[in-house]
Amino acid sequence: MKHYTYFPGCSASEGGAKAYNWSTLAVSKMLDVDLAELEDWNCCGSTPSGAMDELGAYCMAARDLALAEKKGLDMVTPCSACYVIFNRTNTYLNGYPRFKARVNEALAAGSLEYRGTLKVRHMLDVLTNDVGYNAIKSKVQKSLSGLKVAPYYGCQVVRPNFGFDHPENPQSLDKLVATLGAEPVSFPLKARCCGGSLIISEEDLALDLIHKILESAASNGAECLVSVCPLCQTNLDVYQSRVNKKYKTKYNLPVLFFTQLMGIAFGIDDKTLGLNTNVVSPSGVLDHIYNPISNMTAH
Amino acid sequence: MESKIKDDTFLDEICAIPGGEGIRLCIQCGTCTASCPNAEKMEHTPSQLIAMARAGMREEVLSSNAMWYCLSCYLCTVRCPRGIKQTGLMHAFECLAVREGLSYAGSFTPTMYRSFNHFACALGSLPEFGFMTWFYILSNPLRAWRMMPIAWSMFRKGRLSIRARRLTPQATAQLRAILDKADALGGVS
Repeated sequence: MKHYTYFPGCSASEGGAKAYNWSTLAVSKMLDVDLAELEDWNCCGSTPSGAMDELGAYCMAARDLALAEKKGLDMVTPCSACYVIFNRTNTYLNGYPRFKARVNEALAAGSLEYRGTLKVRHMLDVLTNDVGYNAIKSKVQKSLSGLKVAPYYGCQVVRPNFGFDHPENPQSLDKLVATLGAEPVSFPLKARCCGGSLIISEEDLALDLIHKILESAASNGAECLVSVCPLCQTNLDVYQSRVNKKYKTKYNLPVLFFTQLMGIAFGIDDKTLGLNTNVVSPSGVLDHIYNPISNMTAH
Repeated sequence: MESKIKDDTFLDEICAIPGGEGIRLCIQCGTCTASCPNAEKMEHTPSQLIAMARAGMREEVLSSNAMWYCLSCYLCTVRCPRGIKQTGLMHAFECLAVREGLSYAGSFTPTMYRSFNHFACALGSLPEFGFMTWFYILSNPLRAWRMMPIAWSMFRKGRLSIRARRLTPQATAQLRAILDKADALGGVS
């Protein structure tokens, strides 16, 4: 059994990406990964807080880091934005002692101190590197053979480089998809931006980026995409209809959290994985797995 | 005609921000601009913005819309041959612009970020529905109308929670105390 402090982040815990949390917990359990949720964690601040008030934003993140440091385990998060914020905070606090002293002065008002020793990891890193492809392969029960998957990394899981995969041409998710028995398609835009939170404030601009990503996946034969970030998944899935309307396209590409795809291969039921929460329904591409009988009669 | 003497206070201000000191290393090669997915939509490209900052053009930099179009995708940062953390510089420009009250710049992004930060600080968590509603009220309530199909598709799939995750009262008070103290300390440098 491997033990971690778990930081689900706002989107996956109570927001629009609950299926990411559910599927992460379900596959972790099967892989003997113990995720102990950090008690009373607060929002990491994400990009917006860091653009309003730098010190306040670093202090928000540092409160979580200080609480998690006491647990003595690596902290893992499924959210790419939380992952970047915590690692960036670590980099700056440890690189600038005067700044660290200032943040600790603020933390002291809440009777906390952060020494700077906590390691924050992404779920993709933990599952592919700590658990490993062999252990994942040994849990595969359902064949995903023939399913063409576009492995979408987005930005913040690999950039700026916190070290577990290449910042522009990452491979870990490709290998994971292949380990599950599916086929990772060539996908040139796999680490390009989905528009992030600018989908809210500058929708046209973000739709353009989402359109390019969907086009890149579809033109390479993908039947679905997998994502490692709540915001990427939301942009590509929920806003797909908007892209179709704006660009007169007919994309119907389900966007799964990578832990959902793992859970499907592990034989976990669709409800536990929250597959009913995907806006573009994955039932078409997964029908042969969940409804083998109706599928046979249909042919 | 009055000749302007170059003012380095702005550059000093940026260099005092953790990660900001790299701005002195820029060789204007344009790699950041060529890498940026949004450069063509910005009033000033990332490399122009750096050149302007180095020339002491404080007000022009801080009232540009460029940083508000930054996606924080970090492509510029990983490609910069001088190791400059441009994404961090963009965030620094944003914070300075907010402090100066120059943050509108024709973009709705500052309002969106402010709404986000407001909830994140007050509650310690981000209620997505509340935050979006608040943003549309502050920016342009008519835009909320256009969001109805999106909101409906999320609601139908159980992805729109009205309820916010709440921290315990002790944790909320602790976060408040930390943020108040940070406010009193007045900035990163």
